[in-house]
Amino acid sequence: MNLDFTPEENTFREEVRTFIKENYPAALRKAQDEGRPLTKDEYLMWHKILAKKGWVAPGWPKELGGTGWTPTQKYIWSEETARADCLPILPFGMSMLAPVIYTFGTDEQKKTFLPDIYNGDVWWCQGYSEPGAGSDLASLKTKAERITADDGKEYYIVNGQKTWTTLGQHADWGFFLVRTDPDAKPQSGISFLLIDMKTPGIEVRPIITLEGGHEVNDVFLDNVKVPVENRIFHENQGWTCAKALLAHERSGIAGVARSKRNLEKLRTIANTERSDTGSALLSDSFFRRKVAELEIDLTALEFTELRTLAGESSGKGPGPESSILKIKGTEIQQRLQELALEAVGHYGAPFLRDLSGSNATVGPDYADGLAGEMFNGRKTSIYGGSNEIQRNIIAKMVLGL
Amino acid sequence: MDFSFTEEQSMLRDTVAAYLADHYDFDKRRAVVTKEPGWRPEVWKAFAEELGILGAPFSEELGGLGGGAIDNMVVMEEFGKALVVEPYLGTVVIGGGFLKHSGHAGAADLIGGIIGGTNIFAFAYAEPKGRYNLAALETTAKKDGAGWVLNGHKAVVIGAPFATHLIVTARTAGGPRDAQGISVFLVEKGAKGVTTRDYPTVDGLRASEVYFENVSLGADALIGPADNGLPLVEKVVDEAIAATCAEACGVLRKLHEGTLEYTKQRKQFGQPISSFQVLQHRMVDMFINVEQAVSMTYMANIKVTDDAERAKAASAAKVQIGKACRFVGQNAIQLHGGMGMTDEMAIGHYFKRATMIETAFGSVDHHLARYEFLSLGAAA
Repeated sequence: MNLDFTPEENTFREEVRTFIKENYPAALRKAQDEGRPLTKDEYLMWHKILAKKGWVAPGWPKELGGTGWTPTQKYIWSEETARADCLPILPFGMSMLAPVIYTFGTDEQKKTFLPDIYNGDVWWCQGYSEPGAGSDLASLKTKAERITADDGKEYYIVNGQKTWTTLGQHADWGFFLVRTDPDAKPQSGISFLLIDMKTPGIEVRPIITLEGGHEVNDVFLDNVKVPVENRIFHENQGWTCAKALLAHERSGIAGVARSKRNLEKLRTIANTERSDTGSALLSDSFFRRKVAELEIDLTALEFTELRTLAGESSGKGPGPESSILKIKGTEIQQRLQELALEAVGHYGAPFLRDLSGSNATVGPDYADGLAGEMFNGRKTSIYGGSNEIQRNIIAKMVLGL
Repeated sequence: MDFSFTEEQSMLRDTVAAYLADHYDFDKRRAVVTKEPGWRPEVWKAFAEELGILGAPFSEELGGLGGGAIDNMVVMEEFGKALVVEPYLGTVVIGGGFLKHSGHAGAADLIGGIIGGTNIFAFAYAEPKGRYNLAALETTAKKDGAGWVLNGHKAVVIGAPFATHLIVTARTAGGPRDAQGISVFLVEKGAKGVTTRDYPTVDGLRASEVYFENVSLGADALIGPADNGLPLVEKVVDEAIAATCAEACGVLRKLHEGTLEYTKQRKQFGQPISSFQVLQHRMVDMFINVEQAVSMTYMANIKVTDDAERAKAASAAKVQIGKACRFVGQNAIQLHGGMGMTDEMAIGHYFKRATMIETAFGSVDHHLARYEFLSLGAAA
């Protein structure tokens, strides 16, 4: 048991650091610093650079374009990309859909879809939640009826509504859970469909969230015609795919490296801000205690994640234990956002990103947008299976209750 | 980076677990701790001779098994599961730690006695008014020719009733609470002028108030540097914290498992109470606390050998473990309902040990303050 990096691992870290320094796009850095919503091209800039380098899909099997990195190398990668504040790779195609395709898809489907996901040429969105199916996802009602069309081919005709579709406004394709057998038990009548978002009958409508951003959408499907060969795995067995995807969704969710970086930011803010007595806020006994407790909690999470990674490297996939990472990871992310907002005092209040696009600032630069991040961050304990659902998963799958 | 145990460490765990399964069930332990002498010398003898574990963290040159902090961690976690009362912490971890790190001329012989089971150590550091400050010492040692004269009162010295030797911290120079002017001494418990008042503790251990009245010590009683012993004390206490965290992990696992089992059997409203979501979520939160405590214990035991990281790591772990002891311990009793209140069930005994570990070598507040200082710098 040790925490030492081998000389090879240290060389790898240097290589990663240098690559990021030399190749991270300046235009993207500028857009991130301005804090405005990114364009579709900006979202994909870093993805495409990494695809070219062969580093975009560390989680994939090597023969499909994965990096073949050891768990330690992956850990170094996540540390270095977080340290440099690289834009995270969008998860929808890369880490949510791709594992479903390479685990359950046909060879034909792998050939058709994986290269475009890898190269960032197709933007995917997720069609899981519905207005009446949130935590109880299996109660979803979007209906797909199988027909033979005039061209002699088989299609599903899809009708229903999906919601909370993140960045669906940019999506080229979506992966959807639909009900193909209305009479079966909730989990057993569901199929997993890939749908071209340009198909007639699809309408994407923005949902503006409380901090004023447009990230999520409603997706309406009105007699949308989907070829049967766009179904992954067997008809009525899409729940198997859905569950596998959720486990993958949870495993990267701890966000330890990014939280470490945000903790550094918080310390910088709290060293600059003044307490009531005029000393640095970070030397105020109440505030520093909160920072210390958070830092310790984050250390514990880091080692829990490392233990999970070590378990995975010995052949166990991401198990239900990854629910711990989701619960603690999101609690820590939210706590960091709360403390940052608390630290800036009065300057948490100005709302400067108005719809005219002006981004003038008042007060210190670091205060700008902190409230919005905190408001937006409340989603993390709700999405990906709410933290209460994660507790249900641990109770059932780990504790056998 | 590697989180696996070596083959030797896995064997050590299996050996200890198998012995405790055969010789250390709850009823036996309860009978032992409620009457004199409060421990089983024959178990200690078996640790030394049959299992050979008292040499776990000592080098092979000294006659040990060549392990270190991780080996202590393995042993202590198993001891926590069985609520072992024999003085491994005081003797092997703390006594052995002082001897190993100090370069004391008699260290090899004394460690030989530890490994053989004949030397038993207790750590006399706490004082009635010192709380958790290792430098708050009213016990004094005054130079007397080549040797020293020791006077003072040490509080709640765990394991002292069984000990052959005491490790004593004393002020040899400077004012109260000064970091400088502290020295560490090895005192034979039978030495003239040493008296004790022995008593049981609430968690089944034995301890003593120890009084020193003009105890005359030779020059070779000094362990480590004269007047500058605090860094050595801190180092050994951090090692003791890392080991105690491991014991806590064993205790916490049993508290959690015991609660799972009990709630599956206990029926109310016509169903096992484990089917109620409010209790399920509580037990999940207990589980998360246990896993986070285990993670921090690994972290602390890995980093405890790195002097640059040691103190921060030990305090961080002690904060996490202290909180977990309270949360898991109290909820284990709560979920057992009235049965949790009985002396008959093991759960209460684990709870009592967890509660004492929560403040052993410093409370959550103490270690948060220490961590803050180490991580964030001095306060205003």
